[in-house]
Amino acid sequence: MTSNNKKELLLEMKNIHIDGFSDERWHKILKGVDLNLYRGEILGLIGESGAGKSTMGKAAMGYTQPGCKIIKGEILFNGTDLAKLTEFEKRKIWGTKISYVAQSAAASFNPAHRLMDQTISAANRAKINPTEVLRKDAVQLYESLQLPDAENIGERYPHQVSGGQLQRIMTAMAMSPRPELIIFDEPTTALDVTTQVEVLSAMRSIVDKFNTAAIYITHDLAVVAQMADRIKVLRYGEEVEESETREMLSNPKEEYTKSLWSVRSLIKPEETNEDYMLSIKNIDAAYGSSKVLHNVSVNIPRGKTVAIVGESGSGKSTTARVITGLLPQTKGEIIFDGKKLSPKLEQRSKEELRRIQIIFQMPDTAMNPKQTVDEIIGRPIEFYHGVKGKEREAKVIELLKMIELDESFLDRLPSELSGGQKQRICIARALAANPDLIICDEVTSALDQIVQEGILKLLQKLQKDLGVTYIFITHDIATVKAISDEIVVMYQGEVVEQGLKSKILNPPHPDYTELLLSSVPEMDPDWLTNLLNKRSS
Amino acid sequence: MSENTQSYSAKGEVSNITKRRTRFERIKIAFSKAPLSAWFGMIVLSIYLIAAFFAPFIAPHGEAEVFPVAYAPWGGEHLLGTDQIGRDILSRLIFASRNTLGICFLACTIALFIGTIFGIIAAIDRSYIDQILSRSIDTLMAIPVMIFTFILLSVFGPSNLNLILILGVLESTRFFRISRSVAVGQVVLEYVEVAKLRGEKLSYIIFREILPNIASPLIVEFGVRFIFIIFTVSSLSFLGLGIQPPAADWAAMVRENAILIQYAQYDITAGLTPLIPAAIIALLALAINFVIDWYLYITSGLKDDIK
Repeated sequence: MTSNNKKELLLEMKNIHIDGFSDERWHKILKGVDLNLYRGEILGLIGESGAGKSTMGKAAMGYTQPGCKIIKGEILFNGTDLAKLTEFEKRKIWGTKISYVAQSAAASFNPAHRLMDQTISAANRAKINPTEVLRKDAVQLYESLQLPDAENIGERYPHQVSGGQLQRIMTAMAMSPRPELIIFDEPTTALDVTTQVEVLSAMRSIVDKFNTAAIYITHDLAVVAQMADRIKVLRYGEEVEESETREMLSNPKEEYTKSLWSVRSLIKPEETNEDYMLSIKNIDAAYGSSKVLHNVSVNIPRGKTVAIVGESGSGKSTTARVITGLLPQTKGEIIFDGKKLSPKLEQRSKEELRRIQIIFQMPDTAMNPKQTVDEIIGRPIEFYHGVKGKEREAKVIELLKMIELDESFLDRLPSELSGGQKQRICIARALAANPDLIICDEVTSALDQIVQEGILKLLQKLQKDLGVTYIFITHDIATVKAISDEIVVMYQGEVVEQGLKSKILNPPHPDYTELLLSSVPEMDPDWLTNLLNKRSS
Repeated sequence: MSENTQSYSAKGEVSNITKRRTRFERIKIAFSKAPLSAWFGMIVLSIYLIAAFFAPFIAPHGEAEVFPVAYAPWGGEHLLGTDQIGRDILSRLIFASRNTLGICFLACTIALFIGTIFGIIAAIDRSYIDQILSRSIDTLMAIPVMIFTFILLSVFGPSNLNLILILGVLESTRFFRISRSVAVGQVVLEYVEVAKLRGEKLSYIIFREILPNIASPLIVEFGVRFIFIIFTVSSLSFLGLGIQPPAADWAAMVRENAILIQYAQYDITAGLTPLIPAAIIALLALAINFVIDWYLYITSGLKDDIK
């Protein structure tokens, strides 16, 4: 982290008001937020979705998304008011003096051009240096971002490198013209914890090296704690509080700020038994010719929660697909409640299908956008239990109450619900079948912390009331701590270990579990530094 | 600012800022914002529909009623004159809307039905059935529709029923292509998987899960294809293979009265007579396009862009 002894003001945003247009009218997105940023300083902007943090970050460049406009306020960058500049004048500043690192690197690169050409394009356009010099400089940037084969990686196309590498190349791209300010907009949200650590440390070291000022936008307080000197919390387009990172973590003033890491405070006492609801034995599975599961065996105790953890590509979602029958296994067997399940979905009986339900990660795609809540929840009731008409509606309302919603939601379409409400409806749909086993595939990872906590509490309550068994697939260790009884660690299609939560989370660990656990950011601003020191020693 | 975790409730969670509206309200808003071109299209279309439904009441004379004077001039008892065997042209124009619109609508509906169902089945399957269906459709598409229609019509005979069925099958290729390509994007979404996991039958998945989500491009295609079928039928009628006399048809009327163009230098109205049915076809195509453009604008989300 850089010292602020110079204290030279780089960016000053005063009383920013931004409105957005949707549904035929204007809504207030930002309601008068101030922001000061000094040279060489990193400011963290945090808040849940809809808080206006991305809009604020973009406004720092004098940019608003289509459909938004700056109503009031000044954006003084080096003394010039960006809000008053023309598009043409702003374009001279963008990409050279201020650059932007977006959340989804994969979607932000042009797939038809080589990475090197894209890395230097902004600096090249502004004719900062001859192309050859810029190329050499880019290679050095790649090196300092610890990219493998820095000499040649620029000759590749975006699809030929991994997500974490792409995110680092995007940082190199932002750094190439040596901007005075970089906006990081949730750059690591889409990455695995193990990759996140590498990207974070690379970004931090390069920002330190060139003493660039940065605004770091995220919803994860633990991440921002590693990056930022100061943190500003936004909610509903207004500032909640702002203070130095250490001060914020040790002594948050507002209740809301505390609630941002509330999930991390949920704990569940672990229990287990030898009565297995489901056990899968020596499963192999493949997509086409590529084998993705190798000899996977997992036991799920009745009425308990087993969390399957691992990074993306570890085979945890594939395991869920095998259990549901969407992907028939090539070897091994699945025993459900003492009876063998046939691998193919078509050969399972309606009763077997009813007893295993799945809840998906993205509630947006898991619900038919043209069906109302009543149809979505009512269909399984009608389909499995043959209940129709008034009785069915009563049952739907009962389920809605169970998930803490009410009958006013009956005729809503999924597009009229918030993220957390959508996921609740998906839970209700799974419950409507009256299942014995629910597979939760990353159900909370697309949600804000405070909503996550609500969903996890609901799932725990339902388990207590109804005695359902959960398989909880996630890459988020905080969630695992909050909800599970047992943990299964998977890596590259194999089970690394399975056991009680306390056993897996406490040393001694196998190497991979150690790596995974140590990569989870903690609420300590020195965590990343300490971790890197430990790993390098 | 003092709101805290205690006051959190799932119900009160800020959902989409969209105001809830019933379907009726949404339609009303859409209509109130309809551009001039859409209104023009809707008014013209409703005139055609009224003409088609109430032809016997509107038309001054019968469809095949023959009067003693052939090629009578405009005015008097025959507002637009009579044709080569003395039938009232205005009445035939009105009756023709019935025949042309009816036949084309049925053919287009059959095409939509066949194409869409097979298209979705292919999209769900993505394997042998998809290959068989897609390659057969490719083969069918490789043969020009007009020539193939000629051949089939001469094999089965040019009756109205044959015309409808032949066009329905031949034009379904486009619906197949579109519905398959749009459905492929939907089939992989989890809500379809949820339905499969529930053990739903294929027909439920096609009609209740997928179809409502791909309806918009299909309706647009229906409008466009409808115009093309009108053109095809008109071309066939012009050549004498389409709608058979004595039933009236616009394109056939162009052909029957084409000779009158030569007399335009003596009587301009006579010269216009064969052009009126042609203009009617053109106006219909224009009206349908205007309405479709508007529909596309509403459903595609283009309207969310800032004006």
